[in-house]
Amino acid sequence: MKPESGVKPRLFAILQKEFIHIFRDPRSLVIIFLWPILMVFMYGYAITFDIREIRLGLLDEDLSTASRDFVRDLTGSGYFRITQRFSSREGIEHGMLERRFTAALILPKDFGRDLRTVREVPVQLLVDGSNVTTATVAVNYLRSFYSLRTLELNAGTFRMPFSVEPRVWYNPDLKSAHFIVPGLVAVVMMMICALLTSVTLVRERETGTLEQILVSPIRPFEMVAGKVAPYILLALLDSAMVIVFSILVFHVPFRGNAAFLLAASLSYVYCALSIGVLISSRAKTQQVAMMAAMVMTFLPSFLLSGFIFPIASLPLVLQAVTYLVPARYFLVIIRSVMLKGVGMAALIKPFLFLLGFGTVVMAASVRRFKTNLED
Amino acid sequence: MTPSYSVEVENLTRQFGAFTAVDRISFQVRDGEIFGFLGANGAGKTTTIKMLCGLLLPTSGRGLVEGFDIFTQTDEIKNHIGYMSQKFSLYEDLTVFENLEFYGGIYGISGESFRRALAKATAFTGLKEQYRRMTHDIPLGWKQRLALTTSLLHQPKVLFLDEPTGGVDPISRREFWKLIYMLADEGTTVFVTTHYMDEAEYCNRLSIMHDGRIVAVGSPQELKKRYGKKTMEDVFVDLIREKIREQA
Repeated sequence: MKPESGVKPRLFAILQKEFIHIFRDPRSLVIIFLWPILMVFMYGYAITFDIREIRLGLLDEDLSTASRDFVRDLTGSGYFRITQRFSSREGIEHGMLERRFTAALILPKDFGRDLRTVREVPVQLLVDGSNVTTATVAVNYLRSFYSLRTLELNAGTFRMPFSVEPRVWYNPDLKSAHFIVPGLVAVVMMMICALLTSVTLVRERETGTLEQILVSPIRPFEMVAGKVAPYILLALLDSAMVIVFSILVFHVPFRGNAAFLLAASLSYVYCALSIGVLISSRAKTQQVAMMAAMVMTFLPSFLLSGFIFPIASLPLVLQAVTYLVPARYFLVIIRSVMLKGVGMAALIKPFLFLLGFGTVVMAASVRRFKTNLED
Repeated sequence: MTPSYSVEVENLTRQFGAFTAVDRISFQVRDGEIFGFLGANGAGKTTTIKMLCGLLLPTSGRGLVEGFDIFTQTDEIKNHIGYMSQKFSLYEDLTVFENLEFYGGIYGISGESFRRALAKATAFTGLKEQYRRMTHDIPLGWKQRLALTTSLLHQPKVLFLDEPTGGVDPISRREFWKLIYMLADEGTTVFVTTHYMDEAEYCNRLSIMHDGRIVAVGSPQELKKRYGKKTMEDVFVDLIREKIREQA
């Protein structure tokens, strides 16, 4: 057995060197410090399901007081803005092809008269379906606008059987940023821990320096620990940064326990590292490692975790796959902690899953890593 | 107990699947000598060195380095050997000094003991003026010296050099061999692989490898006498030709 006294300085040498690598490489600096902030602003502002000011083309064939009132009320809601007016159906399709508006509203000739005589009023909405999100929202807004108008017109003669009073908890204004921005922590941490560690480990092999390290008495464990530790630190720093930004800029609440979130983040980082080491044990070049990390970590964390797209709306096969995506569990934890203030007791299952996932993959990758050094 | 042999190998074999890279080789390297491994690319030189350094487990045979078993005592071996690969395993984005500091660090050498080790190692290689330069900016000859210095910091008993002069200009090569002689004078055993014939002449003893086998061992003088040739190049070419004819 080797005297344990040697462990500390040897590990320290690897750590120190890794920090030099990170701070001298502009690419890693960008990924670690700039990219997360960029993501926060991009996703915080750009990805929003609260769509307003949908551009609308209008063909008012009636040109009555009733039709003008209808249009004024519709645009007054702020959801629609009229960008082009037509006097006939001609040109509507052309306008939509040129994306001058995403929906066109057609009020028929007898709009005002039909409204008075309470016959059915055929209002047509043409929607550009090439953007599904906007199309769906436009249709839904217009539907609820119709229902509201119907109720107003029938006031007094019509009894409402139900009255629904929705009250949304934890995110009362249904702000997308409250939902998206904390989720970014999951994507950013996965990226830094899995992508950067796998690339830095593979680089040692590619340049032959790994061999030089392995002829020294250093143990593979010290070597891997020393190389990944800086990324654990930086990943936690990044998540803190993202959380602070989401609180300060997007006013996302932080209702839960920070200590528990830290514990959950560490177990999530552990999963990410285990994937990173697994990739590095197989990839021969840095390029391959980078591609593998993108496919194995970034894409699933993005698409199959519920970060943006609801898991329930995925095909069944992909839904099954999401159970193996650590980000899925971490997202539940971070959203619950930040928005709902839920504590550990309610989140013990996803937390244990993260620990389990990390342990299984880490065991497999360390074994792979060791045998791989042999040949 | 100090072994009179630095390296002792018997029937050492390494297979990769069906391919036998090293085929039942046996030889001894004496304490403090410069022992050369001469052979073409793919002859099995690097595989042999890797087995002796504990980087690769042999398939069969026996081997001792500084009296330690290459199958079971690789950790002890690693404390006593220095290794310089053909690639000059240096970090290009670190300064010369940072490279030295790092390689000292992974042997647990730091602080005062590092300064002492560095003074001793650079007394041979003279790197001081280069300390603050970025490694990717220094000429290949200096990189080679730096790689050598990093493998000397822990004062190894045996130094394994795998084609240490590949791609380096003739003057730097000669300078490098002067360093090897100085090290050997200090009592370090030097085990060096090469395919340069002039370098073969510099060795105390050498073994010629072909297709995973050792085809001849002896001092350059002995070998030239045995085969009636004037230069090592003639000995080598003749031997390999003969082997190829035998195989055909």
